[in-house]
Amino acid sequence: MYEFEFKRPGTIADAVAALGAEEAQALGGGQTLLPTMKQRLAAPEVLVSLSGVPEMQGVCMDDAGRVCIGGATTHATVAAEAADNYPALAHLAGQIGDPAVRNRGTIGGSLANNDPAACYPAAVLASGATIVTNAREIVADDFFDGMFTTALDDGEIITEVKFPVPEAASYQKFLQPASRFALTGVFVAKFPGAVRVAVTGASEEGVFRWTAAEEALSADFTPDAVAGLAVSPDGMISDLHGSAAYRANLVKVLTKRAVAAC
Amino acid sequence: MPKDHGIGASTKRREDVRFLTGTGNYTDDINLAGQAYVHFLRSDVAHGRIKRLDTSVAADMPGVVQIFNGADFEGVGGIPCGWQVTDRHGNPMQEPAHPVLAQGKVRHVGDAIAAVVAESAAQARNAAEAIELEIEDLPAVVDMAAALADDAPKVHDDLDSNLCYDWTFGSDDDAIKAAFDAADHVTTLDLVNQRLVANPMEPRVAVGDFNRASGESTLYTTSQNPHVIRLLMGAFVLGIPEHKLRVIAPDVGGGFGSKIFHYAEEAFCTFAAKALKRPVKWTASRSEAFVTDAHGRDHVTTIELALDADNNFTGLRTRTMANMGAYLSTFAPSVPTYLHGTLMAGNYKTPAIQVNVKAVFTTTVPVDAYRGAGRPEATYQLERVIDKAARERGLDPVALRRQNFISEFPYETPVAVAYDTGDYTATMDKLLEMVDRDGFEARAAESAKAGKLRGFGVNCYIEACGIAPSALVGQLGARAGLYESATVRVNATGGLVVMTGSHSHGQGHETAFPQVIAEMIGIDADMVEIVHGDTANTPMGMGTYGSRSLAVGGSAMVRATEKIIAKAKKIAAHLLEASEGDIDLKDGQFSVAGTDKSVAWGDVTLAAYVPHNYPIEEIEPGLEETAFYDPSNFTYPAGAYACEVEVDPETGRVEICSFAAADDFGNVVNPMIVDGQVHGGLAQGIGQALLEGAVYDADGQLLSASYMDYAMPRADDLPNFQVDHSCQTPCTHNPLGVKGCGEAGAIGSPPSVVNAVVDALQRGGHDVTHIDMPLSPGRVWQAING
Repeated sequence: MYEFEFKRPGTIADAVAALGAEEAQALGGGQTLLPTMKQRLAAPEVLVSLSGVPEMQGVCMDDAGRVCIGGATTHATVAAEAADNYPALAHLAGQIGDPAVRNRGTIGGSLANNDPAACYPAAVLASGATIVTNAREIVADDFFDGMFTTALDDGEIITEVKFPVPEAASYQKFLQPASRFALTGVFVAKFPGAVRVAVTGASEEGVFRWTAAEEALSADFTPDAVAGLAVSPDGMISDLHGSAAYRANLVKVLTKRAVAAC
Repeated sequence: MPKDHGIGASTKRREDVRFLTGTGNYTDDINLAGQAYVHFLRSDVAHGRIKRLDTSVAADMPGVVQIFNGADFEGVGGIPCGWQVTDRHGNPMQEPAHPVLAQGKVRHVGDAIAAVVAESAAQARNAAEAIELEIEDLPAVVDMAAALADDAPKVHDDLDSNLCYDWTFGSDDDAIKAAFDAADHVTTLDLVNQRLVANPMEPRVAVGDFNRASGESTLYTTSQNPHVIRLLMGAFVLGIPEHKLRVIAPDVGGGFGSKIFHYAEEAFCTFAAKALKRPVKWTASRSEAFVTDAHGRDHVTTIELALDADNNFTGLRTRTMANMGAYLSTFAPSVPTYLHGTLMAGNYKTPAIQVNVKAVFTTTVPVDAYRGAGRPEATYQLERVIDKAARERGLDPVALRRQNFISEFPYETPVAVAYDTGDYTATMDKLLEMVDRDGFEARAAESAKAGKLRGFGVNCYIEACGIAPSALVGQLGARAGLYESATVRVNATGGLVVMTGSHSHGQGHETAFPQVIAEMIGIDADMVEIVHGDTANTPMGMGTYGSRSLAVGGSAMVRATEKIIAKAKKIAAHLLEASEGDIDLKDGQFSVAGTDKSVAWGDVTLAAYVPHNYPIEEIEPGLEETAFYDPSNFTYPAGAYACEVEVDPETGRVEICSFAAADDFGNVVNPMIVDGQVHGGLAQGIGQALLEGAVYDADGQLLSASYMDYAMPRADDLPNFQVDHSCQTPCTHNPLGVKGCGEAGAIGSPPSVVNAVVDALQRGGHDVTHIDMPLSPGRVWQAING
């Protein structure tokens, strides 16, 4: 790790100001950033921790019935505090990494990083959540922009994420054996009149919606509804842990299982 | 009722108190006054020529003490190889030089090019990044078959080819040809025993020190055998006589073989400390461990099994390519030969067996012994081909094995070893008691309801532990003896210190060894202290590997203790005014047979050091004895293992439902420690079967270079093991009748896992005869789906 300056502001405004510095980098829980810095693959000059901003902490319900999660809320807190109002989301948070990761890692950090195998992007996209930043609100469909890329501008902070709560939802995560990230993960969310299906871990473009399944499931919300669909391996990740064809298979199998679990 | 002390008692491990409370003293805990730190600049390409190495900018960086490169080691020996294999034409293997720091060429990702010594580890690393390095890329040599092609780029320009040796062993060509010509059926299997990374919890560390007053060098290192390191490094690399070189391996956090070998970093730290007149420390990062610790396995094999019309095994022929990596690690040449070929008979009376091994240089990390070392490779191919044969012949895999078991001992195999004792039927019977095979169909039906395929796999194994005797291994190419030593020092008030040449890196010697002495003398085990790991205060020993510590090191301790008891009896006889032959030792009391006269152990030991009333004209004062024990043969633990799995055919995921191990380790000193050794071995074997694999791409980059991609087994990957070691045929040639248990689990478990998965797929109607390890979900799914 190279030397850097560490700042821990107490308000969103102060955090935004601190991030205006040259080579400044926001720090959520640091579960990706800190190992990267230790490997000397990242070298921010100023590290701005968001863990000291009270207005970015916690889980609550808004008047529209959405589950609202502060951007600096840890996975463990989401797992505990969203359990009553959005159990599938809480379950997803409770399966990320191990207890140490869940007690440090944050939803804002995960979304801003947009790892192609991270869990939260699937929940955000399938739920049609809204990402609130210090500057604006971004709907999920506009937020994710390919592997490790998002609509966030430099210095823009995810302050809150607002999740509409579906009638039923399930996240099915198939573990990559080594990292235990999602080799493929599928989040199915059934809303009145529409079903949204988001897939993480599988595509070279990062998280995506499987629209064919959404249409089929909107008409007939049963596992059999997706049985006849084909998933193309084109554009799927192929690596040590599974071929593109294998991941394409997992997309379908996990979608079926998610529907069955709803 | 189980014993609560001495041999056979499940005494809790005394060393665990310090390991579990953070008070162990590991090499990285050692920090010396004035210590500097080294960071190695390592190659990030697999193969290349160093065109330019400019350290001038780096040398001016803050805190830099000195920067070394290959040129600084031109007058210094290379890292030696400890075993010379003679090929099938009678020629010595090709043995390349292995410089401490690269000279001219780099030959694997991780090969050390320069070493920066600085006041802090961070400063050393900063300066290493400022070194200007230009490497002309040469083609990587990764695939073994390609490496042996006539036009393959050579890893070592001064060698004839990338072939280290072509070795043939066992029955002669005529006998093998006759066996296969006469066969009623031949089963053939191509398989890969994949490359593994040992991954001990503690990465390697070395601290070199130099005493200007005495001229003595000291190396603190994470080693399984400090005397071997002292001999190899002192005599072959740095030219330091042993009386001026001390090697200390304090608490060592696991090794699994990877800490047997002498590594360049050890030589560097010792060399640099002397050159700089200050201590020099190196601590590997986990990333460095992946590309510098010797890897294990990496065999590609074709095996053929000949059967007669009655399904008796009549011939076995194997052809293996074994990856040596870029250089010959200390015992690398022995692993695919004498630790693999000699085990090919397994538990079976196959009359003709021939083994051929081609050892190959590639631009990858050197490969050497890893838990089991050659024996897992032998067991895996044999037990897989037998399973395949059973399927091809429509036979029960257990029955086919039973039919071919060796049943009379001693038994001379066609591959040069003689099994002293064993009872393979007994361990198989015990295994079947443990696994409820009759209930399998009902369990399979339950699995099917959940959409899963259930399978049952079984295998046997035999291993050879405590490799010996020295005279034999010398003929086979070992450049070391394979005895073990112990000095037993009895203190005046009766306590004992055992200075052993064995070295515990987690095995529990400090608990088990005292149990043996407690049994022999009849005293409390707490009166015995075990000292190991320091060449300055232990006799020359060969260390711990190959499941040898109790069988060989324990035997040396027994021999020394027997000498102690014999002398103590003389003293007791004098004190009791009786004849030496009438003295019995029991429960710590020397008594005169047939009388009520006795004297306590502590009174005798006190007399030895306060010899006021003492047979001084007959024996010397003091009570301290040393023994060196050179076994007359290997020991041959054996057993039968079974695994039951569920396969999810939609995802290819394998879950191990149960795993049972019935082992014959001969006599057992501490059953709890043996259980733990088997558990750990099973975890590693199952890890190999399902999870682990070191994978290089075509450019020689290690793709699985961190835990993000190298899958280590975790507790929830494993079932609760059923282990049993009640079948005991004691070793006939060591005084304890023990055989060794450290590697059995890792040797014995992979085949039954793979056999079970193939069984599950076959039962599910999938025509799958083999899947190469690791049986990851992706591979199993691919096998199902063609």
